[in-house]
Amino acid sequence: MTVEYLIALFYILILASYCGFELISKIPPTLHTPLMSGSNAISGITIVGSILCCNQLGYTGASKIMGMVAVILAMINVVGGYAVTDRMLKMFKKQ
Amino acid sequence: MSYSDILIKSAYLLGAILFIIGIKRMNKPATARRGNQVSAIGMLIAIVVTLLQLQIITLPEVMICIAIGSGIGYYVAYKVKMTQMPEMVALFNGFGGLASLGVGLSDYWFKSIENGMVIDNITLVSILLSVLIGGVTFTGSYIAFAKLNGRISGNAIVFKGQHILNLLLLLASCVAGGFVMWQQDMILGMYILAAISLLLGVLVVIPIGGADMPVVISLLNSYSGMAACATGFVLNNYMLIVAGALVGSSGIILTDIMCKGMNRSLLNVVMGGFGQTSATAVTVGGKSDLVVKEVGVEEAAILFESASSVVIVPGYGMAVAQAQHIIKELMELLLKKNINVRFAIHPVAGRMPGHMNVLLAEANVPYDRLLEPDQIDDDLSNTDIVFIVGANDVVNPAARHDKSSPIYGMPIINADKAKTVIVSKRSMASGYAGIENELFGYPNCLMLFGDAKATLTKVVNEIKEM
Repeated sequence: MTVEYLIALFYILILASYCGFELISKIPPTLHTPLMSGSNAISGITIVGSILCCNQLGYTGASKIMGMVAVILAMINVVGGYAVTDRMLKMFKKQ
Repeated sequence: MSYSDILIKSAYLLGAILFIIGIKRMNKPATARRGNQVSAIGMLIAIVVTLLQLQIITLPEVMICIAIGSGIGYYVAYKVKMTQMPEMVALFNGFGGLASLGVGLSDYWFKSIENGMVIDNITLVSILLSVLIGGVTFTGSYIAFAKLNGRISGNAIVFKGQHILNLLLLLASCVAGGFVMWQQDMILGMYILAAISLLLGVLVVIPIGGADMPVVISLLNSYSGMAACATGFVLNNYMLIVAGALVGSSGIILTDIMCKGMNRSLLNVVMGGFGQTSATAVTVGGKSDLVVKEVGVEEAAILFESASSVVIVPGYGMAVAQAQHIIKELMELLLKKNINVRFAIHPVAGRMPGHMNVLLAEANVPYDRLLEPDQIDDDLSNTDIVFIVGANDVVNPAARHDKSSPIYGMPIINADKAKTVIVSKRSMASGYAGIENELFGYPNCLMLFGDAKATLTKVVNEIKEM
């Protein structure tokens, strides 16, 4: 990775963080628990990384097993996180 | 860039946009559910596109892993009780952290050990960070999970030299990382780094007591986002960086809100041991001669019946007693008698941000009756009854005037301003801060002793008979 590329990645990181700060500070306290479980599900995006890890050509034993374990864990995080958030948000009703 | 490459990158972009739109829609309860679904679609697109890149040979194994993970996740999500939500969020968070650790190690192993490739320094640093943050997130979340569901004591576990030990371990992890940087096939350095990160996670969370858990869970949530970000740097994947940054900032904002709610700095919370020391200080101070007035079930029922406005202040005790359903019944009964019932919810009530709101939503209390302390503060002096269920420190007036109190300066719900305060409590035991609540000795304060669920059931039955 070149330094130039690293700087580009930092641009993305900083802009996305700023975007996150702006959006999330507007979320009312009532929804903080669903926000947490929902953002938790988003952090399961490492699933993309773990799938790619399973797929490198010529990989063997250790890296493969670790990639596969990561896939299972990230998937629990993703599916469980979204499902439980949906279950919670279903309960929020207006008068 | 080939066509398939363009397609894949565009799909990741779309996924990232959907995450942002999804979070944006979370800002109102009415649109939040749709927002969550939009974000889930973003995730689905990302996963499908990633799967499309797979070589045919690896596809079956990956699909099996995905099926196993989805099955477990789905099962747990539908099995879990709403009162167990804090520990479940902590546990899932930990899985996310472990996944990041796995990806980091896997990538390192593949390139360096199995194929003897040279990893450039920037990628290697990202791998090291991914392992370190992922490991801390995993064990830290696991300890938070165990504390929340009572597998280990929720009390702060403190010992001498704790912070110095943590600092030394952090230094050691830097040294181990440095060795790997210096000599890439140094697996031992990687092993040590992973082990230290796991140990650090445990040590960082054990000194933090039960009621500080909202801060810890928020912070760990933020770590899991940062771990995903680091993984994004390892794999040069923009979408991972965007998603990780969103989660990271979400966790930081929640952490900040929780700390402000307690008027404590993050450092103070993370150092831990809160409540243990102050408890002794107060007994020495000899303030424990509080005279309280007790109220019976019937009398309480009459008071509720004759009020015209009631504000209910729930706390962690409500969750413990599972009293949310009976409170809802009380609310309906009073509403039928034209009594205005609202809820005042302190940001740090419960064991995670928004904990009380979810429990009350589960019991079908409409969310427009749930107010923040600021929103209800002006009305409190016109309120006939403030009914406190399982809350303690967040209604302690000492926070306003007693400079020697450990909770001095913390924003509280000014329950004492109401005409009458009724407190449902099991005993006179002090709250998390380990201090006595002077509110209980106020002339307008009445204590309704007993398990919240049992006594409230009696109160509700009394009101029904009237």
